[in-house]
Amino acid sequence: MKELTVGIVGIQGDVEEHKRSLEHAFRDMDLNGNIRWIRSPKELVSIDGLIIPGGESTVISNILSSRQMFQPIKDLINKGLPVLGTCAGLIILAKKNYDKVVGEKEQPKLGVMNVTVERNFFGRQKESFEAELEIQKLGNKKFKGVFIRAPSIIEVGSDVQILSKLNDLAVAVQEGNIIGTTFHPELICDIRLHKYFLTTIISNQ
Amino acid sequence: MISLAGTMSDPRCVVHEKNKEYDVTRGTTLVKRGFAHMLKHGVVMDVTNLEQAQTAEDSGAVAVMVLEKLPYDIRKAGGVARTASLEIIEEILDHVTIPVMAKCRIGHTSEANVLDSINVDMIDESEVLTPADEERHIWKWDFVTPFVNGARNLGEALRRMEEGAAMIRIKGEPGTGNVAEAINHLKLVNNQIRWVKSIYESGDQQELIKTARELKVYYELVHETGKLGRLPVVNFAAGGIATPADAALMMNLGCDGVFVGSGVFKSKDPAERARSIVLAVTFHDNPSIVAEAQKMIGENKSMEGLEQLDLRMQERGTA
Repeated sequence: MKELTVGIVGIQGDVEEHKRSLEHAFRDMDLNGNIRWIRSPKELVSIDGLIIPGGESTVISNILSSRQMFQPIKDLINKGLPVLGTCAGLIILAKKNYDKVVGEKEQPKLGVMNVTVERNFFGRQKESFEAELEIQKLGNKKFKGVFIRAPSIIEVGSDVQILSKLNDLAVAVQEGNIIGTTFHPELICDIRLHKYFLTTIISNQ
Repeated sequence: MISLAGTMSDPRCVVHEKNKEYDVTRGTTLVKRGFAHMLKHGVVMDVTNLEQAQTAEDSGAVAVMVLEKLPYDIRKAGGVARTASLEIIEEILDHVTIPVMAKCRIGHTSEANVLDSINVDMIDESEVLTPADEERHIWKWDFVTPFVNGARNLGEALRRMEEGAAMIRIKGEPGTGNVAEAINHLKLVNNQIRWVKSIYESGDQQELIKTARELKVYYELVHETGKLGRLPVVNFAAGGIATPADAALMMNLGCDGVFVGSGVFKSKDPAERARSIVLAVTFHDNPSIVAEAQKMIGENKSMEGLEQLDLRMQERGTA
């Protein structure tokens, strides 16, 4: 088995939590895996997959932009690099985003996923919640979705597959090599979503 | 995966409700501590009005903390320092997209209730304001809104967690522009964690529970600290951070992020200073980028430090 290297954008947010979930998933799947923090364009060389973590999307995207990292990441994703964005990560991946309170704001983004995302959709932290989600690709057992000041996916393009819904709202989506969730799989012990992402990476090899 | 150790059984903050056909639960430890995890590697900036909040947001602050006066001005003004005007907090809530925090007095449950009811994202039960109760902190398990508390040592940090704090900031001496006290306390906490970790790894349960009694906190939190080799919740540094190099030092000592109080808006170059501190926190372990951040500011524009102190805020509410 070839060694896998998964990068995690390490600008701001819950980077270590994704790292721990990935390590656990590597062990569970008996994979020879490396994890690399990505904070500069040169660290993107020869990664097999990329995670953009949860955090504040404005902070992450400002630094990605000022360190000239958007274009190289965009090029890799367009060439088929598997990428997982959770919450802030999804906002940065989305073609279009706006804030519930403030509206549209100039915010640099990757814009590679054909979805529109509304930031802070459910309201402020007091409205943050947990809910048991059905995600068929992960099996019958429910998956605990942790929604923290979560965005919502308002529109999905025709090529976007909806992996899970909360009532009528898409909360996990996939467009080919790009997976996005509005919740935080990295905050819980359940590693099925990280394993699913690794499967996507392996089938891309 | 995050630590949920020390969660009270059936706390009042947990709310079960229906969102159409879905059962959703708010106010859980996972949701409250999880919020703090989203702030990691970030800079929370003290602000006193909307203009400062917008400068902070545009400069890459991960959240803003609203006060009536900056800690430096509280020192200068004297008198009783209370929670900020609600009009100002609400104006900021309506105009920024990043989380908004506000401070309440130690032990002042009603001030906390007021902040909770206007939906601030996190409440700081803070020694920067005049304590309402020197002996007793707020019972934070009653609140859906998460709390952050200050601590000078491991015992204080774990006691605040026991009361329900979802995040800790290791406190220095606020409003001084001098990081020395924050460094002292951070190194003390690091040493205490190493000590607890070594006891945990030795498997000596007698010694571990003795340690819990010495720290005046229950066993489970000491056990979890030993097992993780760090505080079970997100831990920021605060108090006296004035330059990018100050912030980088805190991060290199193992903090998850920093609070900057007077350091930004008491400087003569607030926007550049804010941006430079954010850059230094992200790249704290890369000296050439910290140097790049340091070049964005001028030392002649840093806030003036204070040396002789009549008021030691750090000694408030340590029970």
